Amino acid sequence: MTAAAAARSIVRRGMFLTAVALLGLAAVYLLALQYAPVEARQGLAQKIFYLHVPSAWSALLAFSLVGIVSGLYLWLHDPRLDRFAASSAEVGVAFSAVMLTTGPIWAKPIWGTWWTWDARLTLTLFLFFLFVGYLALRAALQDPAERARFSAVVGILGLLLVPFIHLSVYLFRTLHPQPIVLKPSAPSLPPEMLRTLLVSALVFTLLYVGLVTLRYGLTLAEEAREEAGDAA
Amino acid sequence: MPEAVRLALAVAAKDIRAELRSRTALLSAVVFAALVLVVFNFARDPTALSATDLAPSVLWVTFALAAMLALNRAFTVERENGALDGLLLAPIPREAIFAGKLLANLAFVGTVEAVTLPLFVLFFNVDLGAALPGIVAVTALATVGFVAVGTIFSAMAVRTRFAELMLPVLLLPFMVPPLIGAVQATSRLLSGRPLSEMLGWLRLLALYDIVFVTLCTLAFSAVVDE
Repeated sequence: MTAAAAARSIVRRGMFLTAVALLGLAAVYLLALQYAPVEARQGLAQKIFYLHVPSAWSALLAFSLVGIVSGLYLWLHDPRLDRFAASSAEVGVAFSAVMLTTGPIWAKPIWGTWWTWDARLTLTLFLFFLFVGYLALRAALQDPAERARFSAVVGILGLLLVPFIHLSVYLFRTLHPQPIVLKPSAPSLPPEMLRTLLVSALVFTLLYVGLVTLRYGLTLAEEAREEAGDAA
Repeated sequence: MPEAVRLALAVAAKDIRAELRSRTALLSAVVFAALVLVVFNFARDPTALSATDLAPSVLWVTFALAAMLALNRAFTVERENGALDGLLLAPIPREAIFAGKLLANLAFVGTVEAVTLPLFVLFFNVDLGAALPGIVAVTALATVGFVAVGTIFSAMAVRTRFAELMLPVLLLPFMVPPLIGAVQATSRLLSGRPLSEMLGWLRLLALYDIVFVTLCTLAFSAVVDE
């Protein structure tokens, strides 16, 4: 029962961290709506910035860690690394779903279009697809050791794919400029906005840590239960 | 000839020989590519878009779809009768097995492309003219990279329940850089632009080949060794 107890304590820790992060998220809403000033040109639509940018940050953090940890797994073969990579990929897909839904909602009133094939948009969209594929592969494999090895290979290949996709979509766009309203280059933010953004980034990072811990603990609990089932 | 090269060629020769005896996969892939070309012709509005404007995209989407179909074959044939176990038990380095599989896949995909190209010229009334050597070179450059990734992914996909679906889902994101590069280079070649205008794309394709052929060769043992 020690394995199950360890899993439970990690799940509890994850739930605690997630709860703290969710309280922090409520504070971010308050800060964004009450403390940060209304942007002069974009008006209230700019408020989505405080959710969009931090969720993008968390998603990229999640995916980079999957790539790095996958490389380490192929070297060390530690099952903890595989569990972490799987949890991080799942949470990363969730964050990129937030990023990919808040993005168009923001883009419509400001750029006048839901979607544009801008280099950064295209890159994040393909990252999302890549990790959906990663999770689909995991779901389709039965043997845990095989699942760990295969997904580590996809994770590390994915990490190396990122610069290539970025380069190709960047070359593609610069050679074919389209008459779209480009994203305004980051103006020097007023201190209130910057502080709100930093708080939000911190909250989203904490949310990432909380959710990954929770997912990691749940995976441990599943494994403990399977082992108990095998022993019985 | 170094031992590893000889072994890789032996693995490739085995695959090619097996394929030439049945020819089912090769013929279906060629027919599939021809059908995609035909369907494409009806999927455009001929009054709005001339065939030549669409030609590079048509050619490359056809190549990509046919390659995907062809790559599924590489390890499904090894699954039967535990053929892969036999191959792994043989005293051959994993890198040589991967290189052999890659070469066989390249021969396979290359044949499909070689048959598709004249059909494409015929159906879309494209004048290749002086662009032919360039197009062959770009095709080779783009194909090597994604076939390397496709080879390792097809070794994984055959172990899953939905192999035919799993391969495209995993491979398509990896096809994006070579596909973009190849389409861009092809359209410049067809309109007779100078080499300097596509040098950036050719560099990207070459870099992709080097990085992914190396990485897939090294990662292959993690896929097949328990």
